[in-house]
Amino acid sequence: MTQADRPSMRPGFRLQWEEVQKAYVLLYPEGMVKLNTSAAEILRRCDGERSVDEIVADLESAFNRKGLQGDIEQFLQLARAQGWLSAAVS
Amino acid sequence: MKAAVTTSPSVGPPLWLLLELTYRCPLQCVFCYNPIDFAKVEDELTTGEWLRVLREARALGSVQLGLSGGEPLVRDDVEQIAAEAHRLGYYTNLITSGVGLSRERLSELKRVGLDHIQLSFQDSTREMNDFLSHTRTFELKKRCAEWIKSHGYPMVVNCVIHRLNIDHLDTIIDMAVQMGADYLELANTQYYSWAHLNREHLLPSREQLQRAERTMLEWRERMKGKMRILFVVPDYYEQRPKRCVNGWGTTLATIAPDGTALPCHTARMLPGLSFPNVRTKGMREIWFQSEAFNKFRGFGWMKEPCASCEEREKDLGGCRCQAYLLAHDPAVADPVCSKSPHHQVVLAALDRAQQPQVPEAPLIFRRRENSSRLA
Ligand code: SF4
Ligand code: SF4
Repeated sequence: MTQADRPSMRPGFRLQWEEVQKAYVLLYPEGMVKLNTSAAEILRRCDGERSVDEIVADLESAFNRKGLQGDIEQFLQLARAQGWLSAAVS
Repeated sequence: MKAAVTTSPSVGPPLWLLLELTYRCPLQCVFCYNPIDFAKVEDELTTGEWLRVLREARALGSVQLGLSGGEPLVRDDVEQIAAEAHRLGYYTNLITSGVGLSRERLSELKRVGLDHIQLSFQDSTREMNDFLSHTRTFELKKRCAEWIKSHGYPMVVNCVIHRLNIDHLDTIIDMAVQMGADYLELANTQYYSWAHLNREHLLPSREQLQRAERTMLEWRERMKGKMRILFVVPDYYEQRPKRCVNGWGTTLATIAPDGTALPCHTARMLPGLSFPNVRTKGMREIWFQSEAFNKFRGFGWMKEPCASCEEREKDLGGCRCQAYLLAHDPAVADPVCSKSPHHQVVLAALDRAQQPQVPEAPLIFRRRENSSRLA
């Protein structure tokens, strides 16, 4: 994955807030995972429009913090390994 | 001590809701998981009643929804049910044999927000031959697969594996590849209901299983990154049982065609339990308060060796239906467990499975007449 990639969620995957669980869950064919807030905030921005750099900038400003790049890239790598994200298109 | 039948704060929501919309099915699979006496069930819930179940369960926190059967597409209101499910925020999975699917129905299902389709290869022996010789059944599946793909769904194929088809695994996987499957689930039969009745015909030998596993691993290597393959061995060959439906009354609620609410889709066979019905009770009361859903929650119901076993958190004593079927008591350890005093029953079945001869009793097809006769 390069910084210019525009990650997007795999078709058939859906992120949604679940009031009863008070959490975001990622739903996919015959399965689901509960996500913590930071994971959900990153995934929400994987819309195929934003580049990784833009996602980082966006989150840094939303949470008023610097230096998130490493964590975000690490999570995106994991998400890709889990098959949550589509193949990279640059 | 008698476990109190009250709302326990530690009971989570029924995250998974499985609606068995009908027991009607054009196929006659010898391993069918529907109850043997399915023919008795005639008064299916109406569309309105299914929609009410959807709303009530969603309010409880259900979010993964399975629409199955029988063959769910036998009903003409699957589209309506899927639409309401989508509106409520469910992730909806349709589990179908493909019989009854048409391009029009699929477009409508897609339009109303159906999330996913699992296409199963079902087989009776005749169909299996048909299927293996690339004739009608395969053509039908292939057409379904093309429609499913052209609607942008991932292609998820499920094939039940057993003694009579396991030696053809190579062909089966090859067909899944030709159909463009993204995901192939090869699950060995679980021996409940019709599969239990036909077990002597269906339980593969150890050698068959090992060969199949090798074939599967070769394909897995070859298809890396293109198709994922899941392979489930029969639990009879394991030393420890599986956690049944992630734990009785913890995650899954199944609603049978007539509205009977069940902690798992085979639980109906268990004696001495009266299962609540959505026609007379709300989902909240059913999930939290009914005796049936509380019966095997937690550990209080366990007998030895489970009660004091250090592994009990892991498998929760295994499957209650298997305990009943093999040891005639739903509260004992699943006999698949090597610590079970009834484990001998499983070993004896395995012994017979290593013999080459065909069992004397004929295969019993899941037909209405057979269901009425055996009920
Ligand atoms: S297992 Fe076969 S017979 Fe049973 S419901 Fe499914 S398709 Fe029909
Ligand atoms: S004795 Fe019971 S709890 Fe222990 S491993 Fe066997 S089935 Fe599981």
